[in-house]
Amino acid sequence: MSVLVYIEPREGKFNKSAFELISYGYTIADATKSKLHVLVAGEASREAVAELGHYGASEIRHLNKTQHLDDSVSSNMVAGLAEIINAGIIIMPHNLTGRAIAPRLAVKLKAGYASAVIGIPVSYEPFTVIKKAFSGKSITKQVVKTSVKIVTLSQNTFGVIENVVQPVIEDFNFTETSHSIEVLSTDVQTGKVLLTEAEIIVSGGRGMRGPENWKPLEDLAEVLGAATACSRPVSDEGWRPHHEHVGQTGKVVAPTLYFALGISGAIQHLAGINSSKVIVAVNKDPEAPIFSAADYGVVGDLQIILPRMTEVFRKYKSGI
Amino acid sequence: MNIIVCISNVPDTTTRIKYKPGNKDVDYTGVQWIINPWDELALTRAIELKEAGTVKKITVITVAKADAEPTIRKALASGADEAIRVDASPVDAWNTALNLAEALKNEQFDLVICGVESSDYNNWSVGGMLAEMLRIPSVSAVTSLQIENSKPIITREVDGGRQQVSIKLPGLLIVQKGIAIVPRIPSMRGIMSARTKPLKVVTGVSGESLIEIVDYEAPPQKSSCKIIDSENLEMLAELLHTEARVI
Ligand SMILES: Cc1cc2nc3c(=O)[nH]c(=O)nc-3n(C[C@H](O)[C@H](O)[C@H](O)COP(=O)(O)OP(=O)(O)OC[C@H]3O[C@@H](n4cnc5c(N)ncnc54)[C@H](O)[C@@H]3O)c2cc1C
Ligand SMILES: Nc1ncnc2c1ncn2[C@@H]1O[C@H](COP(=O)(O)O)[C@@H](O)[C@H]1O
Repeated sequence: MSVLVYIEPREGKFNKSAFELISYGYTIADATKSKLHVLVAGEASREAVAELGHYGASEIRHLNKTQHLDDSVSSNMVAGLAEIINAGIIIMPHNLTGRAIAPRLAVKLKAGYASAVIGIPVSYEPFTVIKKAFSGKSITKQVVKTSVKIVTLSQNTFGVIENVVQPVIEDFNFTETSHSIEVLSTDVQTGKVLLTEAEIIVSGGRGMRGPENWKPLEDLAEVLGAATACSRPVSDEGWRPHHEHVGQTGKVVAPTLYFALGISGAIQHLAGINSSKVIVAVNKDPEAPIFSAADYGVVGDLQIILPRMTEVFRKYKSGI
Repeated sequence: MNIIVCISNVPDTTTRIKYKPGNKDVDYTGVQWIINPWDELALTRAIELKEAGTVKKITVITVAKADAEPTIRKALASGADEAIRVDASPVDAWNTALNLAEALKNEQFDLVICGVESSDYNNWSVGGMLAEMLRIPSVSAVTSLQIENSKPIITREVDGGRQQVSIKLPGLLIVQKGIAIVPRIPSMRGIMSARTKPLKVVTGVSGESLIEIVDYEAPPQKSSCKIIDSENLEMLAELLHTEARVI
């Protein structure tokens, strides 16, 4: 039996969540006395790939080529490798790719698939994992009953652990043969902090009063190196783009620090942010429900507080 | 073009979750049931396309026992043409997908649409599994759908941006917010006509599951919120650094 971790570089590099996934795979391989295999799919330099050795990746296969994101083809590729190395546990990130590939892979291998798992399995025999249900209102223990198991890991729920090994890196060849998906155009901004990967998020609600007031929020985000987000009505109104919408029906985020500015704290919004490590809320209403979800709160008018807060953090950052 | 929308019957998003003694089952007494929010948006888009003349027929399908019929009727009242209920209690995502796949083998369709996740078990699974079982292409994280000359023009989210793609039909789309914005609600006329629209009930397949929930618990409570004086925001920066250690 072996453990297979699947990761993709972004813009030629690996981020913290890739290191977390390798650390996670290493820990599980160690606990189950199995070998860890890593499949890297996407363009990256040899040095960048070799860095995965810091977290325990000893056996790496690298497909050094941009993926065309045909989920059927990608899952074929992973299934093929899983069979060759006799993978018993397959680990993927719970990001756009992991979510897209894992369900198809599960059917190909008739493997039980537990998505958005939190942290390490609580037991290996039977294989039992923890995951949220009802958008964070419940925590469940789930047993994966099949001999091959697939999990996608929720980001920031395990952490990065160093385990320096000397990796063996092998080129992996795979030729896509699909003609079922045709790419018409791609519009990707590079060098952008992704909302789902951001360490700090500054998010605005209807209390921001209108799109014209977003400049101060962006200033704060810039000072903190944060991504920007919003509540649902803000994106519904078109004040901000849909991809910034956080919550039950938008994105689920798990930053270390989340600023909720002029957000009342409706249960559907909390569903998207309840995995944040620390929440700071600013609201003029001291009774707003967001304060029962927040760790730190400031009561007052954002028109006044937000620019001041940005100044304070700017000074603070330059002072360290 | 014929579209099938997979709908899941879920507790209203504001429901407080309670458990039966032993914490192995959810206690659903008094719960209000709704169409899973993403499925409602998928259905809304299908209705818009039908109104624009590019879609001929919309079928909604759900795997559920008879108590889900009010939700199915609501989908019909909103504008679906017909409904299929696969008579089974879904035991996990794989089993749900299998039930859908078996039922769809007997249907004529060009596109199947699923939501990214259902708001009860948040599995993010059924769409991809169903596509694989039906051996048809799938596109996930879809944020818009147009149909031009019988060809689907699809926008999907990718890391850091978006991409426009098309797929061979029949195909399956896994959709998220953006596919539609405001869900269509039934009109009075819709409600009246829903009563006479066809609702077919088909038998489900075996209750085999690959995953089993063995325990539920409430999430840990947050400790209370520290209020910081708005005149002393330096304190906030200080606490985030020394106490919370996040900056
Ligand atoms: C099925 C369903 C799914 C949903 N999914 C989501 C979701 O994914 N994400 C989501 O966010 N919502 C979602 N909602 C909507 C949710 O119920 C709330 O309506 C929404 O979150 C409220 O957004 P808000 O906090 O920005 O606005 P409001 O509730 O209007 O709150 C604005 C807040 O700003 C404060 N404020 C006003 N002016 C100022 C000022 N000058 N300074 C400081 N504070 C000020 C007010 O005190 C108030 O607390 C969903 C609803 C349903 C029914
Ligand atoms: N019982 C069900 N009947 C029909 N469709 C379902 C059912 N459960 C889930 N789905 C579909 O699968 C999507 C993803 O659900 P899930 O994988 O359960 O999170 C939903 O948005 C629905 O489109």
